[in-house]
Formats: sequence, C-alpha cells, structure tokens
Amino acid sequence: MTINHHLDEATLFSYVAGALGQGPALVVASHLAMCNLCRQRCRELEAIGGALLENIALAAVSDSTLASVLDRLDQDVIPEAAARPAPVANSEIPAPLASYVGDSLEDLSWKKLVPGVWVHDLPSQGKGITRLLRVAPGKAALPHSHRGSELTLLLRGSYSDEVGRFSTGDVADLDDQITHQPLVDSDHDCICLIATEYPLRYTTLFGKITQPLFGF
Amino acid sequence: MQDQPPGDEALSVVALRAEKASEAPVKDWSAMLAELAISRDRQLFIRLFRHFSPRIKGYIMKLGLTEATAEELTQEAMLSVWRKTHLYDPGKAAASTWIYTLARNLSIDWMRKQKYPEYDLDSWHEEAGEPPVLELAEQAVMSDQVAMAIRQLPDNQAQVIIMSFYEGRSHSEIADRLSIPLGSVKSRIRLASEKLKQALRGNHDH
Ligand SMILES: [Zn+2]
Repeated sequence: MTINHHLDEATLFSYVAGALGQGPALVVASHLAMCNLCRQRCRELEAIGGALLENIALAAVSDSTLASVLDRLDQDVIPEAAARPAPVANSEIPAPLASYVGDSLEDLSWKKLVPGVWVHDLPSQGKGITRLLRVAPGKAALPHSHRGSELTLLLRGSYSDEVGRFSTGDVADLDDQITHQPLVDSDHDCICLIATEYPLRYTTLFGKITQPLFGF
Repeated sequence: MQDQPPGDEALSVVALRAEKASEAPVKDWSAMLAELAISRDRQLFIRLFRHFSPRIKGYIMKLGLTEATAEELTQEAMLSVWRKTHLYDPGKAAASTWIYTLARNLSIDWMRKQKYPEYDLDSWHEEAGEPPVLELAEQAVMSDQVAMAIRQLPDNQAQVIIMSFYEGRSHSEIADRLSIPLGSVKSRIRLASEKLKQALRGNHDH
C-alpha cells in the first residue's frame, strides 16, 4: 500500500493534544494504524507533549493522596475489558475502527441514500457526523463545502476530486476553504471513513433540497 | 469544561523548574520507570509519584477540570503507571511522553463517554522495526529545549499551542474564541509545530 496523502500537521498536532473531536480522532488513529510515516510524526509530537508536561506549572498533591494510591497498588486489577478485537490479519479495517464495526465491512447494515451510494453511521458525540460511505464505480458524491474540517480515510477503492486522486490508506484532510465533488474511479465500490466537525454544506440547489432527507 | 480566558498564560505557563539541580534529569526518570517494571519497588514508585503527580494534576486542571476531578484522575493515572509499566519501552519514548499520553487518554475518556481512539497504546514495545524518536541521552536535554522554544514563539503562535495542548480546544473553538479564520489557526499551529520539532531535534539553526 503506497500512501500519497497524509494528515495535515495541524490535525496531527490536535490529535496528540487530545483536542480533536471523537470522529476526527477516529479517522486520525485509523490512518496512523496504516501509515508508518505519520506514526513517526505522531511520536515526535508526543515527545513534545512529554516535554510540555515536564515543564508545566505544578499543582500540589498531598501525602494523603500518595498514601491512598499506595494502598491501592496491590489491589486486584480488574482486567481491562477485551473490548478491542484482535486485529485481523490482512484486514482492510484498521484496529481503531474495528472496535466500532467488527471485522467485516460487508456485514454492516448499509443504508441506501441514492442509487449507488450507501452509508453506515457510527455512534459519535458532537455536532459533526462520523460515517462510512460506500459509493459505486462511476458515481459521485454531491459537491459540498464545509464549515470546519472534513477528514476522509480511504479503506477500499479510489476516487478523484479537485484535490487529487485518493486510494486505500490515503487521507483527505480538508479545511473550510475547499469545495469538492469526489468521483469514484476504481472498478469496485469505494468505501471511506468520514468525519466532519459540523454538518456539510451543499453547494448545489439539489444538495440543499435533499440534505434534510439524507441527513448527509 | 470551565470557561477560561483563551491562552492568556502563553508566556507564564511554561516555567523552568526552579530547583532543577536537585532533581533527576529526564533520562533518569525514563530509566527509573523502566526499572519499576522489573523491580516493582515501592520506593521507586514513590519517587516517580512525587515527580509526576503534580505535573499530571497541573495538566488536568489546565484542561478545565475541577481540582477534585484532577485529584481523582491523577490517582488513576499514577495507578496506571504502576500497572502498565511493563508496556513502557525507554528506547521508544521518555517517561514524560508515555505518562503524558496516559494522562491525556484518562482525562478525555472521563470527559467523553467514548474512549479516545488510540492507534497503538498497548503495543509500544511491539513495533521493533521503528527507530526510537530520540536516544535516551538526548531526552535529558530535549524537554528544556522545547520549553525554551515555546517561550520564543511569537505570541500568536504560543497562544494557539497553549489553547490546543493545555486547554484541549479544537481548531474551530480556537478560531471562534480568537475571531480568526480556521485556516489561520491551522497555519499558526503548523508554524509553531515546526519550531518545536526543531527544538526537539536539538536544531538551533533559526
Ligand atoms: Zn500518513
């Protein structure tokens, strides 16, 4: 897998700072699971986090707090729930996403939006949406712009838009200046994980009319 | 989260440790954390606790949580340090880096109902193919260099770094509070990040 499109530095920085919403953080973690380069970048930023922790203004912790922690050291630890499924070899599903969808993209309940376009919504807090989008070859998503950011990770297939060509493992990290209309150019369905901070803004009348229907 | 003034402590929040001479350098904290996994020595844990717990608590309070919550989460974080030391690899990251990610995840999980998506927290020692970010000896000086670099950032860059790292605010939130476009927030973070990384790498060429 050759990855050509990576995370924006500002996005990665916020992920490491713990300042990304749940959905965008899921896309970032999933890309990191697939991308050596961004993992290295991430570790560097984490080292900056460590340096900032080392130099932060201190808040006093009392000896009684220490005593109560010491009391608990030998308590039996309830093993952390095995909520995280074991990674499946050669799976197209990155580990962080697996705890949301299991081990198969085919077994999910896909909701048809229009012919050739399906979605599977993921539970996520916040104003934005987090979903898997599945688009048949030759189909296009509606042209749209966004308030806030949109992060898209390609899990299967490929598409092209005004920004470039995206295939498996690539991440499209778009800010609010961009209007785009992705067109699927793989010979099989394209499946991607998308997270936005806010609901999308459609730039065509059709999109504006259908938006409430599709919740899209 | 409590409402805090946006990033107004940009220059005061990163204070060099006053009694530095009496403290073990960062390198030793990393060696001690690794040692703890093997020895399970309570005295060693107490030393790590005295060093890291006021930092963890300071960090959590900066995120806007109450002192009571910060106290509780700090206890949980230090218990996790004790329970998870076997996952720590000093060749991969400084103790402060490992403990930072631990405290960050605990805090976010507490603030949200969902777990913060992690890419590999439990496998720090499994990716043998990846080179360490820094050699241990370099970790000793790097945190002071990064602190210095933050103080040298232009105010508007330091501000977004503080709001992002210490207050946990999203790009849009920062844009709203500072009344600047989202793109400006991102470009300030990119510029600042590049400078901090150079400090981390010990590159003094400006
Ligand atoms: Zn990447």
